[in-house]
Amino acid sequence: MSGSDDDVIIRIEDVTKRWGKVVGVDRVSLEIRRGEFFALLGPSGCGKTTLLRMIAGFEMPTEGKIWIDGQDVSAVPPNKRPVNMVFQSYAVFPHLTVYDNVAYGLQFDNVAKADQYQRVMKALADVKLDHLAERKPDQMSGGQRQRVALARALVKRPKVLLLDEPLSALDAKLREAMRFELAELQDKVGITFVMVTHDQDEALAMASRCAVMERGRLMQTATPANLYEFPANRFVADFIGSVNMFEGQLIADEPDHAIVESPELGGKIYFDHGVSGASGEKLWVGVRPEKIELVKKLEGAPVPTPEDSPEGCNVVAGVIHQISYLGSESVYEVKLANDRIVRVSRPNLSRWDQEDFTWDDPVWLRWHGDSPVLLQV
Amino acid sequence: MARIKASPRAPLDYARALPLQLWLGVVLLFLYLPLLVLFVFSFNDSRRTTVWRGFTLEWYGKLFENEGIRDAMLNSLLIAVACTVLSVILGALMAFMFWRFKFPFKSGLEGGMSLPIVVPEICMGVALLIFFAKLNWPNDLPWPVNLTPIIIAHVTFAFPFVAIVVRARLESFNRELEAAALDLGASQWRAFRDVIVPHMGPGLIAGALLAFTLSLDDFVITFFVGGPGSVTFPVKIYSMVRFSVTPEVNAASTVLIVITVVATALALRMQSKFAKEGQGS
Repeated sequence: MSGSDDDVIIRIEDVTKRWGKVVGVDRVSLEIRRGEFFALLGPSGCGKTTLLRMIAGFEMPTEGKIWIDGQDVSAVPPNKRPVNMVFQSYAVFPHLTVYDNVAYGLQFDNVAKADQYQRVMKALADVKLDHLAERKPDQMSGGQRQRVALARALVKRPKVLLLDEPLSALDAKLREAMRFELAELQDKVGITFVMVTHDQDEALAMASRCAVMERGRLMQTATPANLYEFPANRFVADFIGSVNMFEGQLIADEPDHAIVESPELGGKIYFDHGVSGASGEKLWVGVRPEKIELVKKLEGAPVPTPEDSPEGCNVVAGVIHQISYLGSESVYEVKLANDRIVRVSRPNLSRWDQEDFTWDDPVWLRWHGDSPVLLQV
Repeated sequence: MARIKASPRAPLDYARALPLQLWLGVVLLFLYLPLLVLFVFSFNDSRRTTVWRGFTLEWYGKLFENEGIRDAMLNSLLIAVACTVLSVILGALMAFMFWRFKFPFKSGLEGGMSLPIVVPEICMGVALLIFFAKLNWPNDLPWPVNLTPIIIAHVTFAFPFVAIVVRARLESFNRELEAAALDLGASQWRAFRDVIVPHMGPGLIAGALLAFTLSLDDFVITFFVGGPGSVTFPVKIYSMVRFSVTPEVNAASTVLIVITVVATALALRMQSKFAKEGQGS
């Protein structure tokens, strides 16, 4: 296989990284498309940073190949690769001014002096720092230093910009602002961005596609929405967002619907679609907290089965055990008859919504037939 | 007028406890009174060093007219400069090696690095004396080549100090800075020159000043290794004192103290100044 497909900028082919017996990255194959904002997402120690460092050239793969824009770079040192990196600590040279920091990389590219000034100032303008060109890094805030690091990498016009945990060192407000700004910057410069992050919100908010990794393995590669709504396995379902997971057995498996009986839930879960390919004794069903509806349990009222589900499916009784009020929404922990806790979130659409339910209220939980996700591993 | 009542002394506020203040005073007096006497009597207008007769700069004048002292001073400075240059190069390389590389017996070797610091000077002196004797090092070489054994001896005890200072400085180096230089297109050598050496800078300067002062005022080792043609400043003072303590000796000692104190103060200032700057990386 060659890496010459026109819309693939990085092709990672069966890459493994081992240090002695420790496996950092385990047989990962991945294609990153030209112009996309790609996120490598995973808990710490999952190998995402190692993979990024292999793309940059700071680590060499033990097995497998890496192609950048059709060129096999597996054995190319970092200073000869058409990629640049924004480091987690920003790594702005402390003894150089902002201008000299940004200009540093251009001396290796045979850029004429006159062009050099133009390009540095343009890069600084792109990150809104052109007014601070003569500053020293120790007179700048963390956010400004990050912009220097961005400009310093972008001025080289790399084919891919690598970002290692770009927002982790910023405070919460600035982090949120930078999310939008990075996405905007990427639009403007049109360079492929590859970002490493352990923060799923960050990945979902910024990336056009994400790869979720765990223990060196690639778990799923998809758009943020597909990762959230159609997780491929239990790890992804649990890692991205919050989920209620129930173990069960398939008792009906038709082309247009399926039913899983779960003792853990103490009820049946109905799918309004087929679950082709599902097999095995053990299955798990995931339901997101915001897809569960809380209904007050009134004396003598019938069981409020959802209209799209058969009698007794997708509905279960419980008692409100714990409430956390988060302003825009409230998260309720509901205790079922078998003491299992189910998490339900509910948007506070009106200013009085949080008063609808209180501790120890008996409630029904119900959800639609298209809400649950079947997970096999 | 109402006085603002001082708040009661906090338990850890030792600076406000009278007995401790007194103790501090006594300690400082004990440490500095002899030096102060030496300093004051270097300006005394009398041959005798115990009675104050009035202010004079006569002894400093005599000092600079004395050819023996001038030669000794020149020797000392030459040795100190050579020792500084060699110690900084050797020490920096050693520090870099221990910082960067992993190799067998590293921790043992790193401990051995400070051996010349802890070995008693008298032993070092004897050892070096035997060393040069065994080598049949010629002792009738012309000036300034005859200073070589002293320079070598000084380097052996001065360069570990440089290595320790530079090593400590390198600990605070952010490895991502080097990676960033490589990432931007620099070769290994350029990354070393452009990023690592500037970071080592304050350590190199502090180490250099340390090596300079150590060499300048070393007596014991120099006494063993040096010959009649290579008398250094401290050795010269010692030989003068053997006849009598004259105000000239006071003046000479004062000069040595001033040089040492200035160099040490500079070294300390460099370190603290750049330590602050380094945090901005």
